[in-house]
Amino acid sequence: MKPAPFEYYAPDTLEQAVELFSQYNGEAKILAGGQSLVPAMNFRVVQPSVLIDLNRIGKLSYIHEEGDVIRVGSMARERHLEFDSSIEKRTPLLHEAVPFIAHPQIRNRGTVGGSIVNADPAAELPVLMLALDARLKAKSVSRERWIAAKDFFVGMFTTALEPDEILVEIELPFMPARTGWSFMEVAPRAGDYAMMGVAALVTLDESGKCTGVRLVYLNAGEGPIDAKEAAKLLEGENLSDKVIEEAAMMASEKEINPFGNMHASVDFQRHLAKVLTQKTLRLATQRAGELQ
Amino acid sequence: MTQSISVTVTVNEKEYTRAVEPRMLLSDFLRHELGLTGTHVGCEHGVCGACTILFDGESARSCLMFAVQADGHNITTVEGLAKDKDNLHPLQQSFWEAHGLQCGYCTPGILMTMIPFLKQNPDPTEEEIRHALSGNLCRCTGYQHIVDAVKLAAEKMK
Repeated sequence: MKPAPFEYYAPDTLEQAVELFSQYNGEAKILAGGQSLVPAMNFRVVQPSVLIDLNRIGKLSYIHEEGDVIRVGSMARERHLEFDSSIEKRTPLLHEAVPFIAHPQIRNRGTVGGSIVNADPAAELPVLMLALDARLKAKSVSRERWIAAKDFFVGMFTTALEPDEILVEIELPFMPARTGWSFMEVAPRAGDYAMMGVAALVTLDESGKCTGVRLVYLNAGEGPIDAKEAAKLLEGENLSDKVIEEAAMMASEKEINPFGNMHASVDFQRHLAKVLTQKTLRLATQRAGELQ
Repeated sequence: MTQSISVTVTVNEKEYTRAVEPRMLLSDFLRHELGLTGTHVGCEHGVCGACTILFDGESARSCLMFAVQADGHNITTVEGLAKDKDNLHPLQQSFWEAHGLQCGYCTPGILMTMIPFLKQNPDPTEEEIRHALSGNLCRCTGYQHIVDAVKLAAEKMK
C-alpha cells in the first residue's frame, strides 16, 4: 500500500509544466488533486516514473464569469465549485450536483480538471460537462485547442487529450433561459460511487411546450451516456407523465449500457435509470415552469 | 538514485523540516518522521477517513497526499486540538462524555472531520451530522454514540 518510487516535479508555471510533460512523455503523470491517482499509486495499479504536480501553479484555480460563459481553471477544487455564486446562478445543475461528489474531505482536494481527465464513467463531473455543453481547453508545448465535451469523453477512463496535452480550462456556457434542471443519483451510502445517476435539463417555450431536453447518465456505460433518442421523444411535447414514462423507457432500456457490479445488477441499474429519469424530468419541468 | 526533497511544514503551530522521498505519503510523514501517531492509517486509499487532517484549515485525507506537497503549508492533526489531557477540546470532551468511541481507531479522523463541519454548520440536525460522518468508517459500528457526541459538542460550542 505504498507507491513505487518516482521523480517529482512541482513547476511554478503552466509553461514549465507542459515542457516537463512533453520531455517525459509516456513516463509522466500529472498530479492534480490526487484523489483518484494517489489511491491507484498506493495500490501500485499506476506506477509513473515521473510525477508533475500542478498544485504550485496558483493561476489555474480561478472561477469567473466572462460574457455569457463561466471560465473554470482546471485546478479549481470541487469544494470551490460547490460554493461559487456564479456556478449557483448560471449553472444551477452543476451547483446541485457537486455535493454528490464523494465527501467534503475529498472535494477539498479534488480538482475539476482532474475528475474530468480521469473520465471515470461513474463520476459526476464528466456527465455534467456533457449535459452543460462545456468546452475544454487543452495545452501542449506547441499548441492550445478547445475540445467540446461531446468529443472529449471517448471511452472508459479515456479522453481525446493527446499524450502531451494538459487540460487547463473549462468553459461553461450559462444555462439557457427557461431551462429547468435536476440531478439525482442512488448510492449505497452518501459519497459512495453511485449505482446510477442522471442529469436532466428541460427547456420550455412560453406556452409550456418542451423545446429541448438533455438526459445524461453516469455509471451507465463506458463514459457519460447522452440519451438523445429519449430527448427526441420529449421535444415538441407537453411533458405529461405518459411521454415522460416513454422517454424513461427509451433511455433505460435502449440507450444506456450499464455493466452491473457488486452493488447493483444490470436490471437494477436499468430500473434505477428509469425511475430517476422520470423523477428528474418532472422536477426539471416544474423548475422550468417556475422560471416562465 | 532516489530523490530526496526538503520539506518545511507547520504542524500544530510548530515548524518542522525534513528531507523525504517524494513517494512518502503525508500520513506516513506525520507518523514516522514527526512522531505524531495520533493520525491513524486505515485503508490508505481515501475511503475510511481515519487519516483525516486539516490542511490549511480544511479537512483532507493525509494518505492521498505526498509529504512533499505539504511544503510551506499549515497542518493541524488531532494532537493540535487540546492543550493537554486536562484541557480537552469541547469536541473531544463530548466524545468522552457521550462514549463516542469504542476502540478509538477512527476517532482522530472523525474529530478532524467534525471540526470544520461544526464551524460551518454550528447547529446541525441529526441528518446533517450523519451525512457529514459518511466519509468516516467506524468498524465498531458505534455510530449512534458518535452522532450523540457531535450533537453534544455542537451544544457546548455554541
